[in-house]
Amino acid sequence: MASTPLEVEDLGCRRGGRPVFERLSFALEAGELLALTGRNGAGKTTLLRALALLVRPETGVIRWAGVDVQDEPEIWRGRLAWLGHLDGLKGDLTVGENLVAAQGLRGGPTAEDRLDFALAAFDLSGLARRLARTLSAGQRRRVALARVLASQAPIWLLDEPLNALDAPAQRSFHEALRRHLASGGRALAATHADIGVPGVRTLALGMGFA
Amino acid sequence: MADLHFLANPARFRRFSQRVLPGLTFATVLAFGVGLWLALVQAPPDYQQGETVRIMFVHVPSAWLSMVGYALLAALGASLLVWRHPLAALMARAAAPVGACFAVICLLTGSLWGRPMWGTYWVWDARLTSMLLLFFLYLGHIALSRAYDDPDRGDRAAAILALVGVINLPIIKFSVDWWNTLHQPASVTRLDGPAIHSSILIPLLWMAASFLMLFILLVLLRTETEIDRRRLEAADQPL
Amino acid sequence: MTGFAALLMRDLRLAWRRPGDAAVVLAFYVVAVALFPLGVGPEANILARIAAGVLWCTALFASLLSLDRMFATDFEDGSLDLLLLAPWPLELGVLAKCAAHWIVTGLPLAVLAPVLGVAFGLEPASLAALAATLLVGTPTLSLIGGLAAALTLGARRGGALLALLALPLCVPTLIFGAGAIEAQATGEAFAGHLAILAALALVALATTPWAIAAALRQAGE
Repeated sequence: MASTPLEVEDLGCRRGGRPVFERLSFALEAGELLALTGRNGAGKTTLLRALALLVRPETGVIRWAGVDVQDEPEIWRGRLAWLGHLDGLKGDLTVGENLVAAQGLRGGPTAEDRLDFALAAFDLSGLARRLARTLSAGQRRRVALARVLASQAPIWLLDEPLNALDAPAQRSFHEALRRHLASGGRALAATHADIGVPGVRTLALGMGFA
Repeated sequence: MADLHFLANPARFRRFSQRVLPGLTFATVLAFGVGLWLALVQAPPDYQQGETVRIMFVHVPSAWLSMVGYALLAALGASLLVWRHPLAALMARAAAPVGACFAVICLLTGSLWGRPMWGTYWVWDARLTSMLLLFFLYLGHIALSRAYDDPDRGDRAAAILALVGVINLPIIKFSVDWWNTLHQPASVTRLDGPAIHSSILIPLLWMAASFLMLFILLVLLRTETEIDRRRLEAADQPL
Repeated sequence: MTGFAALLMRDLRLAWRRPGDAAVVLAFYVVAVALFPLGVGPEANILARIAAGVLWCTALFASLLSLDRMFATDFEDGSLDLLLLAPWPLELGVLAKCAAHWIVTGLPLAVLAPVLGVAFGLEPASLAALAATLLVGTPTLSLIGGLAAALTLGARRGGALLALLALPLCVPTLIFGAGAIEAQATGEAFAGHLAILAALALVALATTPWAIAAALRQAGE
């Protein structure tokens, strides 16, 4: 089965009057991961935000199955799971409530077993009833990753997913990512560290604008 | 719209404004010279209000232009949000304080006129109160557009505010009029009565035209300044 | 619609976990209203005369108090991005946020105001009118306040700026809210005034969600 093409063509973004990146083109097949590398300020976050339609690009187009995703932004957003550099957790909600609330924001019903599976995947089952504000930075990151996993979205956009994660948590992440890709999912990850997928495609940003 | 579209580019705007400015400056000075003579010397004193009626020749055009100014802000806001014209943001930044100044002139002259007419500097007259609220809307726009470290964000937030403000202005005007009739009877003498004799109307329209030219002149000058300011701020960046 | 409900429930649950935040607003309302007799003097007919205006103005200030956190907490912890990425119209999400603000702030104020009105010597019929006008008018305050909160997201001097933006836009609601109570007391058409107040709420309902959504999107850039 041929996968639905996801193409980025000629994408360019400006911030504060100066170009962050220009004329960026790539395609992403099902089961593929694209690692975004580059120094601080090279535009990794801006690229992820542009793909999520959070930032309006200056030029270029993002196509899903040949259609500009701007034409049907809500359908496109439904395909995305987002992990920003902020965890997006509410400190006054428990870990479980945070996942349910985030899943509710996506407009979908919350399948109990799916949440349990996501929590277990990041070794959070014992923390489900803890208030998020009592967690450590690494634990919070794991909850945010569990949220991505629970969303079942086919495209993951991850900004520094390994931040604050210890070695076992990094292994859990690698495992979850590999399974996501193996089941035909796609992912873009901005990262400094090893993403844990052998032979990963890399897009180095910030070469032209040092 | 297509005719104005060429102004969207700051550099082209520059060439345009530098061609227009000298002539416009000369015309404005001339218009004010004639207008002031018409208003202060030529127009007859009012049989009821005496010489104080001459305040009207400044008061009424300021009121009109402060309203025109806010409509301009809304139009520029729409142009920035919909077409992302970079010049619209700069021009809105330039125009807002000018419009606010005209609102202040209107309020001050109204209050000076009120002293001999009403015996007090301030009366909660419906028109004055509406103008005061318009001035507050201007203040909000000016403060919001300058409240962000990233000027683009301030420009876009202020553009949204201007659009919401322009929708709300008629509602505010209507409710203030209603409030005024509820709380006090209509003033006996209005600053601008319904029937104006042509001996007063002609100087008034002349002054309004002069004020409009002054408004355009100030906005063009200040827009140039804003362009220069942005260039300076971006001087260390490759543009 | 499930997204709307989920967001509303989330915000209400968050408010429930921190009852102090809502209580402080109500405490401010009581204290600020209590200052007026101290400043104006305890003369009963003066107090009854100014009661409607005082209770309405102070309700307006009180509802402004909690607004600066309306989107700011979401902005700071990153959940605003999740809202922006929700696969349904952002305008609905904005409505859910404003509805939550109203339930936590406007509704309690409308319930509390008649109690304070007793201390100003208002007639029972006026007390009912006061509660009715606040019930119909405070949603408008939440919507306009939500707009001001979204516009000032991440701005310097956010709190004071928010008040400067919101207050002039709230003037019609204030005029007709306080005016309706006066109309009721003088035997004028109270229902007509209440209808205008409701119309103002509908206009706000029809226009502000778009503006708030636009403001949030540009804050997310």
